[in-house]
Amino acid sequence: MDVCFHCGDKCTTTTIKHQDHSFCCYGCKTVFDILNENDLSYYYELETSPGSIPSKFDGKFDYLKNEKIAQKLLEFDELSTKIVSFVIPSIHCSSCIWILENLNKLNPDIKTTHVNFPKKELRISFSSEKLTLHQLVLLLCKIGYEPYISLNDSDDKTPVINRSLIYKLGVAGFAFGNIMFLSFPEYFEVSEFWLDRYKPVFRWLILIFSIPVAFYSGSDYLISAYKSIRSKLLNIDVPIAIGILVLFFRSAIEIAMDWGSGFLDSMAGLVFFLLIGKFFQQQTYAFLSFERDYKSYFPIAVTRLIKDTISKDKRETHEEQAQVYDLVAGDRIIIRNNELIPVDGVLIRGTVLIDYSFVTGEAELVSKQPGDSLFAGGRQQSGVIEMEVLKSVEQSYLTQLWSNEIFSKNSASRFQTLTDQISKRFTMSILGIATLATLFWVIYNPSEALTVFTAVLIVACPCAIALAAPFTLGNLLRIFGIHKCYVKNSGVIEQLANIDTVVFDKTGTLTTNHKNVITYEGIQLTEEEQSLLTSTLRASNHPLSRSLYHLLQEHHIHTLDDFQEEVGQGIVGVLNQNKIKVGSYAFVSSDPSKFISTTQNQTSVHISTNDTYKGCYIFFNEYREGMQKVFQSLAKDCKLAVLSGDNEGEKHHLKEMLPLHTELIFNQKPIDKLNYIKTLQAKSRNVLMVGDGLNDAGALAQSDVGLVISENINVFSPACDGILEATRFKDIPAFIFLSQKGKKIIMYAFIFSLCYNLIGLGFAVSGHLKPIVAAILMPLSSISIVLFTSIYTYILGRKFKLKNN
Amino acid sequence: MSIIYLLLAISVAVALLFFVAFVISVKNGQYDDTYTPSVRMLFEDEIVKKKPQIATKTNEKTQMTDQLK
Repeated sequence: MDVCFHCGDKCTTTTIKHQDHSFCCYGCKTVFDILNENDLSYYYELETSPGSIPSKFDGKFDYLKNEKIAQKLLEFDELSTKIVSFVIPSIHCSSCIWILENLNKLNPDIKTTHVNFPKKELRISFSSEKLTLHQLVLLLCKIGYEPYISLNDSDDKTPVINRSLIYKLGVAGFAFGNIMFLSFPEYFEVSEFWLDRYKPVFRWLILIFSIPVAFYSGSDYLISAYKSIRSKLLNIDVPIAIGILVLFFRSAIEIAMDWGSGFLDSMAGLVFFLLIGKFFQQQTYAFLSFERDYKSYFPIAVTRLIKDTISKDKRETHEEQAQVYDLVAGDRIIIRNNELIPVDGVLIRGTVLIDYSFVTGEAELVSKQPGDSLFAGGRQQSGVIEMEVLKSVEQSYLTQLWSNEIFSKNSASRFQTLTDQISKRFTMSILGIATLATLFWVIYNPSEALTVFTAVLIVACPCAIALAAPFTLGNLLRIFGIHKCYVKNSGVIEQLANIDTVVFDKTGTLTTNHKNVITYEGIQLTEEEQSLLTSTLRASNHPLSRSLYHLLQEHHIHTLDDFQEEVGQGIVGVLNQNKIKVGSYAFVSSDPSKFISTTQNQTSVHISTNDTYKGCYIFFNEYREGMQKVFQSLAKDCKLAVLSGDNEGEKHHLKEMLPLHTELIFNQKPIDKLNYIKTLQAKSRNVLMVGDGLNDAGALAQSDVGLVISENINVFSPACDGILEATRFKDIPAFIFLSQKGKKIIMYAFIFSLCYNLIGLGFAVSGHLKPIVAAILMPLSSISIVLFTSIYTYILGRKFKLKNN
Repeated sequence: MSIIYLLLAISVAVALLFFVAFVISVKNGQYDDTYTPSVRMLFEDEIVKKKPQIATKTNEKTQMTDQLK
């Protein structure tokens, strides 16, 4: 089978041969032609099959013709130049970067383009005299790089970039290097006349360099320690802050009184290494957003009908693009096929088949009559409808989900990281040892007492403890990401290790929309009836008809004599005097009172030919590959549950497949799911929620770890702690196991650092702590801890890859 | 040996100069995106075409761009 030259997909249905290459569809071929004719074929030389099938976008971006809306998206608009930034989810390789930065070859009105790959953002500066924003976006869509524009973009927030960590790291590194360079003469302790004469110069220079390090670069730690003491907790920043302050002040006094050279090289090194650890831990997936709320889900604008009141006789209406925020009760809007309904309203005209699975978890399409109310968040699947707005966006049923207090509460305050737990004990024991040693020396030799007290506080390096977690978790974060589990930050991995309960959503999480398992029950159809059935199905646009057609495709297709479709009921096809009815039982059967109860609650399509009932096709949810194994391996240590917004139709099927004590609860509204997790947490259980849609949003926020299963990570997902690609569903137990191992590594690293601390304490308590000893011990312990954790996590990563690929 | 004052002053001054350069580059956004420049560096330079061919190319280009609009 040929592989498409442009997008790499297999050419299943059609193969188009053009200029020695095969393409899977005309879309791909068109992009190839555009690039070829504009001298951009280097695109294909950088990577193999770098493109993606260009999606259909007719009418989708018409709202950009509206000046007011376009204005909200622009970053800069002066004279004849405009600058705009788009998020383009399909950026994924170096070819994408190349072609997008060479966009001016496709249209000379585009001045410069700049790609930010980690964020998947494109910044375009163009001349606005001849090129409009709408044309620009269409150009991007034509080559397969459609931007993702949502309601979020119309908020006039300018993102504030926080670069303070880099500045602090720069100051610390610069000062550390210079202090080491200036400390060199003192290390060798040679009593040489010239060295002694210039000692003060060097020492004072060192002191001046270390002031910004202690008070600017170390400010995060000092402030955090102060806040922590005020709230009567002792987190890891407290011993670090104590270390920095004691180091600085003791050294300053020593230099001022000319007693010694102080330990400022150790202090600068300490701050520098800690900040590197912080920088390393800060890495996140900039192109994924874990904070999405309804604003990222809804479209930015919708087609509104305006009555033309100029001519009194004709009541004409014309369409305009209106921002979703501008809709008020009483407005009439048009929703096209595959568009989202952005507000609560009433159906006026059109056939309605709405997919609410993302919002409520119901797997079946909902059909309504004119006059029925429609809720926001569903996706219209069968043609154009007209509806009247009842409530504005902020007041709809969906957005009220987000007004639940769970979204404003900062749930991070509940969890105490391992590092913070250890630090409490560490600080107490260090202060204890320091006091004991001081008391001993007060009796034995009072002049040494203060020296020993400060020496203990200096050498007890929390450095290793503070570095163990960031490097381990940072590496694990990277390994998780390689295996398609993108986690919000390293704290999530620690929480994942403590999980003892796992709750799954059903629709979209355990089930996949891709294949439907379809079985037939009833009288076998003849060849003629089969071909009549297939021809009839082909003419219908209903998703069930399309799935069924896909299954039966091989039969001969004839043009029907007559075809009728009744939305919500079924379809009728007539050919050569034979009539076939396909649809609901009431529609198909001549005696609607006889209702087969076994197919209730299951999606089924009934068939009758020439008014004789034949049988029905039953559609089963297809469950994800490896689901049973996942449940079995999790059942050993965790309590399991499945919460679903759907009805109980699948209950028996699930009971057979899943382990014995798994709780199965159906008909759950979003708020019910949230409350279930609350009750579990009240029994002090640590809950992992695995979900996918907006109906899980509350539960995902409430649980200790919220994981979203996503078929396409470029598309919207609700606020969560981690996004897992759907193909990796079977690896969930492996990820939990990996995070537990990570927790063990951190414990080993703590023990390791304890050894260093004991050696250092030996020196300090006996009064023999020289600056050079501290200067060696501290970097040595830090580097060895970092090496230890890095090697161990690398080994874990290799094992994971071998087992799960 | 008092030359050491001058030597120290010069070395500190040079170090400060580099530090200021660092601060300016951070302010200009150099460290906001640390990944894309590594990819951009590997693209090949474009070959500038000779003049007569450009005349015919621009004709074709305007046709193509008209198609795209």
